[in-house]
Order: sequence, then C-alpha cells, then structure tokens
Amino acid sequence: MEFTVRACSGHGRVGSLRLASGLEFETPSLLMITRRGLPVVIPPEMLMDLHPDSRACQFTPMHFLEDPLAAVVAKAGGVHKLASLTGFAMVAVARDSLGNEIAGEEASNLGASFETSSGRRIVGLEKYMEVVNACKPDLWVSLPDEVPHWVPEKRNRESVDHTSQWLDHCLSLQHAEHGNRCLGVVVGAGSLEERARSAEQAATRNVAGFSLAGFGLGEDVAQRGFHLEVAIAKLPNDKLRHVCGLGSPEEVLQAVGAGIDLLDSTYPYMLTKECLAMTFPLKMEVPLRNADRDMQPTPDHGVASGFSLAKVNLRSATYGGGRIDETPLVTGCKCYTCKRHTKVYINQLLNSNETLAQTLLEIHNTYHYLEFFKAIRESIKADKFHEFRTWFTSQRQELGVLSLGNIPRVVSCN
Amino acid sequence: MLGISPSMALRFEVLARHNRARASRLTLPHYEALTPLFMPVGTQGTIKGLTNDQLEDLDCQIILGNTYHLALRPGADLLDTIGGLHKFMNWPRALLTDSGGFQMVSLLHLADITEEGVTFQSPVDGKPMLLTPEDSIQIQNKIGADIIMALDDVVKTTTTGPRVEEAMYRTLRWIDRCIAAHSRPHEQNLFGIVQGGLDPQLRDICLEGLVARNLPGYAIGGLAGGEGKDAFWRVVAQCTAGLPEDKPRYVMGIGFPLDIVVCTALGADMYDCVYPTRTARFGSALVSEGVLRLTHAAMATDYRPLDSSCTCMVCKRYTRAYLHTLVTKEAMGSQLVSYHNISHMMQLSRNLHSSILEGRFPEFVQSFLQKQFPKGDVPDWVCNAMDVAGIDISMCRIPQSA
Repeated sequence: MEFTVRACSGHGRVGSLRLASGLEFETPSLLMITRRGLPVVIPPEMLMDLHPDSRACQFTPMHFLEDPLAAVVAKAGGVHKLASLTGFAMVAVARDSLGNEIAGEEASNLGASFETSSGRRIVGLEKYMEVVNACKPDLWVSLPDEVPHWVPEKRNRESVDHTSQWLDHCLSLQHAEHGNRCLGVVVGAGSLEERARSAEQAATRNVAGFSLAGFGLGEDVAQRGFHLEVAIAKLPNDKLRHVCGLGSPEEVLQAVGAGIDLLDSTYPYMLTKECLAMTFPLKMEVPLRNADRDMQPTPDHGVASGFSLAKVNLRSATYGGGRIDETPLVTGCKCYTCKRHTKVYINQLLNSNETLAQTLLEIHNTYHYLEFFKAIRESIKADKFHEFRTWFTSQRQELGVLSLGNIPRVVSCN
Repeated sequence: MLGISPSMALRFEVLARHNRARASRLTLPHYEALTPLFMPVGTQGTIKGLTNDQLEDLDCQIILGNTYHLALRPGADLLDTIGGLHKFMNWPRALLTDSGGFQMVSLLHLADITEEGVTFQSPVDGKPMLLTPEDSIQIQNKIGADIIMALDDVVKTTTTGPRVEEAMYRTLRWIDRCIAAHSRPHEQNLFGIVQGGLDPQLRDICLEGLVARNLPGYAIGGLAGGEGKDAFWRVVAQCTAGLPEDKPRYVMGIGFPLDIVVCTALGADMYDCVYPTRTARFGSALVSEGVLRLTHAAMATDYRPLDSSCTCMVCKRYTRAYLHTLVTKEAMGSQLVSYHNISHMMQLSRNLHSSILEGRFPEFVQSFLQKQFPKGDVPDWVCNAMDVAGIDISMCRIPQSA
C-alpha cells in the first residue's frame, strides 16, 4: 500500500492512495456504507458504474462475528469475494454507523462493548482479529475503546490505555501476508491531553495510518476542531488519516480542513430514509439563488439544499392547476436516477411506499456526495479549500440549514 | 347490440407449433415480444424495487400495472397530462393494465357488483363510489398501456349456483360497453376475459360471445382462486380450444412454473402473477427443482448458487449460504432473491418459446418434469393435461436414478 500527499491547502491535503490490490484513488475520499458486505439499497451490480469514484466501501466486522456469516466469509475467502465486490476497496471500521450509539459503557481489558446481531456484547481481541483476518479487508481499524466526551476522566484515561494496548495486540495478530493495512485508533474524547497522548502512542506504531475515534457523539463543534487538530499534530504527515462518526457536509469540511483523508458517511442514506434528495450546490462560481421552495425549475446549481420530496402535495399540483414537476432531482446531474426519472415519478414511488424510491434516491444522494468530495479535492488542488469551505457553510446557513446534533435537519419546503 | 371491436393495435404471428402449444411473435405498439411469456406485476409503476435497467437486463417484455392503484395514486388525469404510464415510468417496452375490478372486489370493504358496475367505498373518504365499464376503459385509455383489460364480473371459482351464470352474461354485456367506451383502439388493445366459472356450458357461451366481438386478444379469467387443479386445467383446455388460433391467449393470475408449462402445452401464450416477487419476500427462491426455502437452517452451509442452471447476476455472484444470512436481516436479501425469481420466470419464458420454435418442446417438458419430480410422482392432473396436449411424459413417472 502506498499513500502520497500530492497537494495541500492549509491543513487539508489531496493524496493518492494505492492499495495492495492495485486499486488507486484520490483522497479525501468517501467510503460508502455497506451492511453485511453489501450496499443497503443500491443494487450491487450498479455500484461500479454509479460514479467514477464509487470504488470504496466501509464495512463493519461486527456484522461478521457470528456464524453462519463468520464461517461463510471465511469460506468465501474474504469479504470482497463474499459480496462480489472485487475491484472495490473494503475498509473495516469497527463502529457501525447505522447502529446504536456508543454509550461509553464499561469495557473490560479484553474488549469493548459493541452491538452485534445477537445483542450488545463484549468483543474480544482474538475474536475481532479472527474476523478481520477472515474478511481480508484492504484497510482495517484496530479494536477501539471508544467513549463519548462526557465520560469521567478516569474512564477516558482507561480508554486511551486500552486502545493503545489493543492496537499492539491487533498488530501482533494481523496476517503477515496481508501486509501493513492497519489504521491505528486514536481516542481521547473529552480531554485534549488524553487525545494528544493517544495520538503520540499510536504514532510510534508500525501502521498504515490512523483512525480518529470518539467523534460524532454529541460533542461541541469547536471542541471537535481542537481535538482533530491536537491529534493530527502528533501524527506523521505521510500516513493516512481516517475518522469515523463524522458524515454531514459540515463535518466533512471540518475534518478535511484538519487533515483527514478518509471518511465513512451515512449522510446520503440518512437523507434517503427521510425521503430527501441531496441538491446542494457544488460550484462556488454560481451565484446563490433563493431556496427552491415552490419547485420552480432552476438551472443545476442553485437549488435548495435537500428539499423534501415526500412533502410535495401532488394533488394540489395536478388539480389546482399547478405544474407537475417532470424535472429530475437535480437538473444536469449525471447520476442514473436523474438521467432517467422525474421528481413526480419518485414522489409517486414514495407515496406508494415502493422500495424503488429508496433505491433511486440513494443512487442520486451517493452520486451527489461523491461529487461533493470531488469538489473538495479540486478546491484543495487549487489551494482554495478555505474559500470553498467558507462559501459552502455560509450558503447552507443562508438557506436555513440547521445543525441539530451531527446531522443537519433541512428546513422543508412547505 | 353486438359491438364489433375495431381495436387492433397488435400483430400476432405464430412462428411454430407443437400440437396445441405455440411459439409466437406479439408485436405491440411499444415492443415486439416473443411468447409464451410471463409478465411480472408492477402494481404502482414499479416491480418491487427493481430498476428499469434491471428489468431490461432480465428481459422483461411486458409489465403489468394495476389500474385501481394507479387511479388512486398518482391518478389517471396526472398520467394523462404526462402522456401515459410509459412516459411516467420511463419504461420503453410494453405495458398491460388490468381493469381495476378484481382489486376492488378483493381489497375493498363492501365492494359489490351491480349491472351498472362495481360499487365500493372510497378508500380515501369512505363515500360510496362506482366503477363502471366505461370508467375502467377511460382510466385505462389515460394510462396508455399497450394492452387493456375489459371490466368483467369475476366470481370466485369456488362459487356455485346462479351467480356464476349471472356473472358470465354480465361480462358479455359489459364487453360491449367497454368496446363502445374505448377511445384509442388503434393504440391500445382491448382484451376480453372469458368467464363462466368451472361450468363448461357457461364457458362455451362466453367463448362464443367474445369471439364474435373480434377482439385483438383474449384472457381466460376466473381461475387461480382455489379451484382444484383438475378443474383448472380442464377450463384452460376448453378455452384455448375455443379461442381463435391467430390471437394471443392470456391466462390471468398464473405464476407457478408447473402451471405455466401445462397451460403452454394446452395452447396459452401469456401469464401474470405476483408470486415470484411475493415469495421472494419470504425468502423463497424459484429453482429448477421447485422452491428453495433460504431461511432453512441447511442453507447456512450450502455454498452453491441458488440454481446451478441459472445465469442471473445473483446466481453468478452469491451463494445460498450468504443469501441465507441476508434474507431475514437485510432488505438487500429479499431484493436479490426477487431479482433471481424474476430471472427464473424470464428464463422459463425463453425456454418455452425456443423449445417450441426449435421443435423440442416435448423434450423440454420432460426435462422440466423430471427435475421437479425426481421421484416420478408427477401429479395426476398434469398427466391428464399432457395427455390432452399430446405430450408423452411416461418417462417422467419413473423415479430418476440417483
């Protein structure tokens, strides 16, 4: 595996990542979500052609802990073969972003508490590495003792100690022939000192990169910024940095601005579940238009951020003399959904509870988010990341996007 | 007054025969289809989660839409404004809509049939409403499918007594109203539906009446409702014998592969059913040997594909064991099984067409039955039907050696 930093803009950087499999892609990069190895709703055979950058996925080893899936993945020869996703990067992230919150519960020395298919249980090191090795991921995160920022100091210190010990233990159990694919976890939650200590310890280990944990758990945005900064300051520049738990556009920009290279995000799926389409502008040069509250057709870029399809009242649109909206979700979008289907059709599917609605929305939302990541990379290459980030966050604020917790709730259209 | 249907917007060419079975080309306004064929049911403009590309990859030729559901949502007028269901869905191939009557009777509270039409309670506000033959055809004209179905008076096959006869005669009276109401006879094909329950005499009267109307195609209705298999095949045999050679014959509501093979042997061309996608949602896969229950514990260690002879995306990529772990836990599980099941039905359609075309239909039927009944226990009704169809299946009644 090779990782090379190619361009910088502030602390943000564009890198090229070349995996042992030969797959190459540019960072910062989005890892698409999978469950038990497969996308949640996107047909697996459509994944390759979804977008030029749709090549990297996240999966969680916790889904593969028990039989029969544990045996099945081992027999298949790894998660790529199991899910028929050869040609993709599969990155093992311990935390299941779609799963339950991390509660900061007691961990034993042997492992931390995770949600599995048989309920919440302690996952031990041997078991974790057994699953990781059976899955043969391109990159994998060491077993974390991840706690939220509000745990007592003593628990936080313990989590840093555990995480460091477990990193060493995981490294000792990794399969030599798979090479160095470990992303060493950095925790530290509520304390900047602990965060620095955790990063320092991880930095000395022989790893492919690092995974910053303990984020997306209700922490204050400014505090998060300090934690990212403090941690990354202790990490070598030439190794990969991943963060889990941060996925909204603002969080992505904050993380990238601090120097993160890889993020797994459920943001597209969260919108899909709420019957929302991702429509935020991606190009700085286009002047901002007012929110598209009455669904006037607009040129590609100036559409409101994530308007709600489910809330369009089709009856009034047809019988009240209103127009039926036969435009795609985003005019000019080249995704499968936008090239073929109209808002009114997708609305019909949503109103009829047809699963195809989720499929079509998720395809579009994933595409749009991959375009967002591409726009981020372009801005870094042009050394305009700061401007891009400022422009993006201010236009989102102007459109009334509120940030509640870690996922922005979009103000709906009617 | 007898309505003569000027509706003809299709061409039906029988390319090859084996006794009663036919392989044909059915040219419709939107698509040139090959029969025999199975039509997946799309209810509201989509087949359970499959994209148009997937449906085309699977070789779906005609898709069925439910008029009742479409009229409720998004509504016939919206579809009309947009230019029809094809445009709304962006489906480039053929569509068929049913009349809406069956759904109402089966889904709605206090649905009742009078000479005027089907009366029911509106599911929106509970008000009494009426669907007449004219209404049904007008709605279907707006939806714009290649084939539209007449509103018929359909009774359960288990019904006996004068109601069956009443329904048959009413169906004949209603076909004239449907013909009169049909405003797009050169773009949409109105199919009549043969009723008459399990009574051969009633069926005969209905056949005669519908054939005299010179419709572009005919359906055999009122089956697939709990009648015994013996009664079922006899009605199909009688109807196919009584329908014109040069027009398509559609047996409604049939989806079990065995039933489709038998009906094809007896001379039918088109079938529809929710069965393949519905059974997928319960974790059941259609395979050559029958039905594979993926939830079964034995599947957890079965590393074969669903069906060794299937070339679909699912069978190329995934094992039974993996699918077993998915079906009850991830939506993607039943999605993949749905995909395979549709593929199975499309492959069956192709096999029927090509085996008849290539003069090896009996061999196909024999091979099909041997796989489904390796112990030789082919049901009597199948044997009797194949007798009438003139296909020798005596070798299928001997147990296959291990």
